[in-house]
Amino acid sequence: MFNYIVRRLLYSLAALLVVVTVTFLFMHIIPGGPFQREKALPEAIRKNIEARYKLDQPLHIQYIDYLSHLIRGDLGPSYKYRGMTVNDIIRERFPVSVELGTVAILLALFLGIPSGILAALHQSKFPDYLVMFFSTIGIAMPSFVIGTLLMYFLSYKWGLLPSATWGSPQHVIMPAIALAGLPTAYIARLTRSSMLEVLSQDYMKTAIAKGLPRRRILWVHGIKNAIIPVVTYLGPLVAGILTGSFVVENIFAVPGLGKHYVTSIYNRDYTVILGVTIFYCVLLIFMNLLVDLVYPLIDPRIKLAERKEQV
Amino acid sequence: MALSRELFKPLQKRELQIEIVRPSVTYWQDAWRRLKKNPVAMGSLVVIIIILLMAIFGPMLSPYTYSEQDFARKNQGPSAEHWFGTDALGRDLFTRVLYGARISLSIGFVAALVSLLGVLYGGISGFVGGWVDNVMMRFVDIMYSIPFLLWVIMMMVYLREIMPENSGLIAMYIALGLVYWLPMARIVRGQILSLKEQEFVLAAHTIGASRTRILLRHLIPNCMGPVIVTATLAIPEAIFTEAFLSFIGLGVSAPRASWGTLASDALVSLKSYPHLLFFPAAAICITLLAFNFLGDGLRDALDPKMRK
Repeated sequence: MFNYIVRRLLYSLAALLVVVTVTFLFMHIIPGGPFQREKALPEAIRKNIEARYKLDQPLHIQYIDYLSHLIRGDLGPSYKYRGMTVNDIIRERFPVSVELGTVAILLALFLGIPSGILAALHQSKFPDYLVMFFSTIGIAMPSFVIGTLLMYFLSYKWGLLPSATWGSPQHVIMPAIALAGLPTAYIARLTRSSMLEVLSQDYMKTAIAKGLPRRRILWVHGIKNAIIPVVTYLGPLVAGILTGSFVVENIFAVPGLGKHYVTSIYNRDYTVILGVTIFYCVLLIFMNLLVDLVYPLIDPRIKLAERKEQV
Repeated sequence: MALSRELFKPLQKRELQIEIVRPSVTYWQDAWRRLKKNPVAMGSLVVIIIILLMAIFGPMLSPYTYSEQDFARKNQGPSAEHWFGTDALGRDLFTRVLYGARISLSIGFVAALVSLLGVLYGGISGFVGGWVDNVMMRFVDIMYSIPFLLWVIMMMVYLREIMPENSGLIAMYIALGLVYWLPMARIVRGQILSLKEQEFVLAAHTIGASRTRILLRHLIPNCMGPVIVTATLAIPEAIFTEAFLSFIGLGVSAPRASWGTLASDALVSLKSYPHLLFFPAAAICITLLAFNFLGDGLRDALDPKMRK
């Protein structure tokens, strides 16, 4: 167990180092550099700016410098917003994204799991078809289509909800639905197929044969086992919510980190792109690690050693 | 009870030969037979063929070009002359959606083609095994540990800077190409690992077939089922990714337009001209649905064990 955790940790660190190196290289070998504008700066000023951000030094020095700051949790300054560091930006913007993302994740779980179970319990009947219909639409509809449709009807046509920006609970509703669309559809399908599998297991027959109350069979023997695979989806779920936020926060003008990330792509604010990418990667790698470690605790049938061999 | 002689008659020779003979069916014929029974998958296949034909021949038949501007007729709704209306520069939206289909579909097919490289990678990794497999798969795992979209965004940021002249299409091909072989490599490796223990591989070894021959002629053809399914499902995913990237401003640039770019451009004037968003968005949704349904149908047809 301990060995496994250490291995996984080391492995995650290695993955992170690769990500940092690759993104660092991408952002630093871009020709022209970040301070090349349409209007050329005077040579002396450009030199000064480059010296200020240590861009005049050889690449490997810059890299080592960046890494040593990174270890201390310092992601460096923003090129575009003078006086702001990447850390400042994350500290300011990320809570908004977390708020929106949490609502979306809860929405996806609380809508997806019950509808998947409902569909499985009524296989090939109306509820099943209804759930499968909507989950198919959810998978085929990009978040920006859901988002813009919601915005067009709910706020332009019917004036029910504010169309953009942030601040009140009403502002959360539409972006959260747009973000949750795809994951909800996935979770519903996942839960449905795993519930169908559980329902066909022998221990379900045993439970019925023993004469256990229907409610107990359903909850303790059925649903409890059926939602275990959903736990493995938590990693991809967070990743999906996170990348989805790039688009959804832009549509609804939510001042979150996703919107800022896209803005810095427009602005060619390379340190912010680099820093936020690394931040996201740390988050996701940590999330995946957590899911891998928690999974055997939830499902004792899976031993860590076995999973190690699968990898 | 007495048995009369009449009950015991010699068999006619002709009758003896009647056996139940079914024409032998190959794996592919069998799969095609199963696919034909699936109305949703067949419907999707028809839709995909129609979309493909429209993307290839549609722009030739249209009286307008994708970049032709007509300011007298800008922002019109759908009409007999302009089936899908016109955009803010008076360009015919129907023609632009058809052109967008070319770009979006080409991106999907490039991703599917590139994913076939993963077949070789995964095949070698699984077949050779040992430390080679370890190294090759660790690399895939590392790439997997962050979402493809972040890799693609990083590469697009970089590639668009180093080749600004070709409107981002080539950059998109490369960026998607660099990640889309990964899932395929994993799947093929898994298949090969289980296949290589089977008797027919042993038989091939004993008659002296070379390792390359065993891999290319015996192992890889036997995992074509999952390969085709994965490649088919890579198409909608790539189209989806392209739309996403275009939407955040990393896609194909003007005057060319993919469906994602069209949808993204329409957002500005959503309130007044929703038709500009509706048509490209509908095109994206229909295409994604059709490819997903076809992929699911193919999975059922090619891999009967997977059937629910």
